[in-house]
Amino acid sequence: MLKGFVTFVWSMLLVAPALAMQPPAGQSEFRPMSEVPPSEQLPAAPLLIAAYVFFLLAVLFYVWTIWRRLNKVEADIRALDQKTRAAR
Amino acid sequence: MKKIFTPLVIATAVLFAAALVLIARVPPESTMGLVQKIFYFHVPSWIGMYAGIAVCAVASISYLVTGRPAADRLATSGAELTVLFGLVGLVTGPLWARKAWGVWWQWDARLTIALLLWLIFVAYLVVRKYGGPGAEKLAAAVALFGTAVSPFVYMSVNIWRTVHPLTSVMPQLPKSAPEMVPPMAASAFAFLLLFGVLLIARIELGRRQAAVDELYLAHEEGAA
Amino acid sequence: MGPQREVKMFFRVALLVLRKDFAIEAKSREILTTTLLFAVSCVLVFAFALVKEGEAPPDAAPAILWIAIMFSGTLALGRTFERERYGETLRALLLAPAPRPALYVGKLLGIVLLLGVAELVLVPLVAFFFGAPFFVQPVLMALLLVAGTVGFAAVGTLFAAMLMRVRTRDVLLPILLYPITVPVIIAGVRGTAALLASPPDEVTATMWLAIVVAFDVVFVTLSLWTFEVLMTE
Repeated sequence: MLKGFVTFVWSMLLVAPALAMQPPAGQSEFRPMSEVPPSEQLPAAPLLIAAYVFFLLAVLFYVWTIWRRLNKVEADIRALDQKTRAAR
Repeated sequence: MKKIFTPLVIATAVLFAAALVLIARVPPESTMGLVQKIFYFHVPSWIGMYAGIAVCAVASISYLVTGRPAADRLATSGAELTVLFGLVGLVTGPLWARKAWGVWWQWDARLTIALLLWLIFVAYLVVRKYGGPGAEKLAAAVALFGTAVSPFVYMSVNIWRTVHPLTSVMPQLPKSAPEMVPPMAASAFAFLLLFGVLLIARIELGRRQAAVDELYLAHEEGAA
Repeated sequence: MGPQREVKMFFRVALLVLRKDFAIEAKSREILTTTLLFAVSCVLVFAFALVKEGEAPPDAAPAILWIAIMFSGTLALGRTFERERYGETLRALLLAPAPRPALYVGKLLGIVLLLGVAELVLVPLVAFFFGAPFFVQPVLMALLLVAGTVGFAAVGTLFAAMLMRVRTRDVLLPILLYPITVPVIIAGVRGTAALLASPPDEVTATMWLAIVVAFDVVFVTLSLWTFEVLMTE
């Protein structure tokens, strides 16, 4: 179970360089926004990046909370196990 | 269940990678430009939120009727995912709106409705956390009422908003742009898979927590 | 017991609960007086916050009216059930061989009546302070107020009853109640605003009234069912 999580987190992190190495084909020629001056295009990028990064952070955070709670449960089981053994 | 989990995780990651590649490659939409690409994650996050609401609502009704703890665990998991995906939608929406409309928040009908539903399921989680013992049934009632009110919210907020029409309406996925379908479809499926993966994980957590609680009780009784 | 007798029993129990609450309240009038005073101070706070150079923004009057109703309603709900909790009376009522939903209806009627009295004071008061012609269309206005109050109280009574034994009940009640009663607030304010327009927009007001009535039907029914389920502990 925990292994599955670690796999998941690493897979997500590995996606990023995989994406970076792909050139966005077809974007250099097709620009229908020719009327809009290029200066108006730039402010979009930080918002776009912020959106995707937020998604990633939110999911990672949630995964982390599950992982943390799972750890706590396993620690509780171990503690209970010890108590039961000591009581015998 | 456990055997499916790791392959599902890998499938989710692969699908996300594919979706991101498709999103990067698709040409920007002609009227909105680059920022429109937020849509490819914004729209599927609503799919995730409404899937969470459906899970939580059905499980809550089941819990109220049958009282089975498994239904309660499913309901909690659904609520947590509702809040997670809803939060992503509520943050990515204004990020898009800032560029497209110039303001962060314009009380757009769809965003407002989503915000209200999101708040109801945040309240669900708050009740579970701070409601003391026996709060599970109250929380289930909140989920039930929240689902029952959604048609009313939908109706009243839509009418409320059309009195002061927006200068620009949040557009639908343009039907005349078939090149947008592959990235959106890939992203939507990736989100659904992610929802499934997280749901399975969260349910498993709930199951283990319940098992530990039972062990504690058995231990107490054994010691007494 | 035949169905006709069951229905009679149901209403008799509901009225008993209502009479009990009324009798207790009539002696001290504590909840009524304090709720009224709270509503008035609420209106004053809004007045000082919103009035600029002697004028309130347009549509302020309906908004203030409904917000004052919701806020005072929230407090009244909390305190009505506080009284039950204090006297352990609810447990006694639950032990009695009375149909559970009848208890809910009795409590609901009590809250609606209490808020109704508060509105009798609030509506003229807001009309006075903000020059709002609330009485141009008295029937529609009254219907809208009644329907809105019932809708708000229907959900509120259920949640307040459920929260009775919860430590954080005072703050949890608004957290739960407000998002779910948003349609009532929207419909109430926009419907009232439509009635205040010149000439009064009866069509719009009736549409909003219909929405609130539908809300009432759905949520009283849902609350009756849920009350039964939740009170079995």
